[in-house]
Amino acid sequence: MLEAINLECIRGDRRLFRNINFALRPGEFLQLTGPNGSGKTSLLRMMSGLLAPAGGDIRWNGANIRSLGEEYSATITYLGHRPAIKEELTALENLRVASALHGTEISDSDARNTLGKMGLDGRESLPVRLLSEGQKRRVALARLVVCNTSLWLLDEVLSALDKTAVSLVVSLIENHLGNGGMAVVATHQDIHLSASSFQRLELAS
Amino acid sequence: MFRWMVQRDLTLAWRRRADVMSTLFFFVIVVSLFPLSIGPETQLLRSIAPGVVWVAALLASMLSLGRLFANDYQDGTLEQMLLTPQPLYLIVLAKVLASWLVSGVPLALMSPILGLQFGLPGNSLSVLVLSLILGTPVLALIGSIGAALTLGLRGAGVLIALLVLPLYIPVLIFGAGAVDASINGVSAQANLSLLGAVLAIAFVFSPWATSAALRISLE
Repeated sequence: MLEAINLECIRGDRRLFRNINFALRPGEFLQLTGPNGSGKTSLLRMMSGLLAPAGGDIRWNGANIRSLGEEYSATITYLGHRPAIKEELTALENLRVASALHGTEISDSDARNTLGKMGLDGRESLPVRLLSEGQKRRVALARLVVCNTSLWLLDEVLSALDKTAVSLVVSLIENHLGNGGMAVVATHQDIHLSASSFQRLELAS
Repeated sequence: MFRWMVQRDLTLAWRRRADVMSTLFFFVIVVSLFPLSIGPETQLLRSIAPGVVWVAALLASMLSLGRLFANDYQDGTLEQMLLTPQPLYLIVLAKVLASWLVSGVPLALMSPILGLQFGLPGNSLSVLVLSLILGTPVLALIGSIGAALTLGLRGAGVLIALLVLPLYIPVLIFGAGAVDASINGVSAQANLSLLGAVLAIAFVFSPWATSAALRISLE
């Protein structure tokens, strides 16, 4: 279970938000909304452990995530604005390196299957530089399939994706929630999930 | 994981060969300018050779530092590296090792040919290679701290030079000292041992300092 208690965020000399509280249990979904600059990305980065909160606490199963360190990192997958894709490497190499870094080494055929599922059939061996924005996004999203983590933190993942890709992502998330996973998604777009528990957190500007 | 990281960085370096070659060419050209400008005075050339080669190696290694983390920072890969269950220490060590293999080792291998231009005797050439093999990893390790601290800043290149060059001085003194000793017919062992000791210290402490600097830079 992920808990946020009285979170406060200060960037530069501006307070982005304070007194943010929520709890996320297995199978639950949280959507972050709010105008540009309201702190959605900062909140996600706090949840990932990259950014230390100015006040308050984030707890994973009761323990502070910063004290858990790498143990916590092993349970999350964070996809930020920047796709973390190397333009010079092929889609296949990108996926295999990313998953090896995450501690799950996958075989060449597993990686091919996953990329096929993401609609990248026949483009696995092209340098990612040659793919379109949406296709690069799909390569980044393929990580969700191979990394077996329980908490997904997704920042604006639906941008640059076409309709089929959006529904693909939605079904990935539904599947994940169905298996007892948790997901936090920052997005402006409406997500239609059939999940039982759908929370929405609106950050004011 | 370590093997994957090294392999990944080597693949990337291979696909951006021009960057790697520019470091090597810089080293070769800077060192070659000295014999050309001074003329065939063997005695003088011999006595300046250790200093010239080592200063050129220092400057060449500065050139490759900017690339160490900057690309990974820009496309978000560095964030992912901080969020893996692997110790950041090992990831940093893998990146530094890969960077040394593509920038430090070629310098050391090229140095005997450059040493010939200065009329260095055979045993001094081998000491020169040995001192560079021991010294360039220290340059990469110490440089990684500077690269991590200046990540994402404007004018990072100049700032790295100001931060890192003073820390390079011991390596310069021991490295050039070793070659100098062998030219004068004295054993180079003392200087090489000190260089080895510096390498051991840098190996233990600098990845740790670099990891801390990366965490701060990415907040």
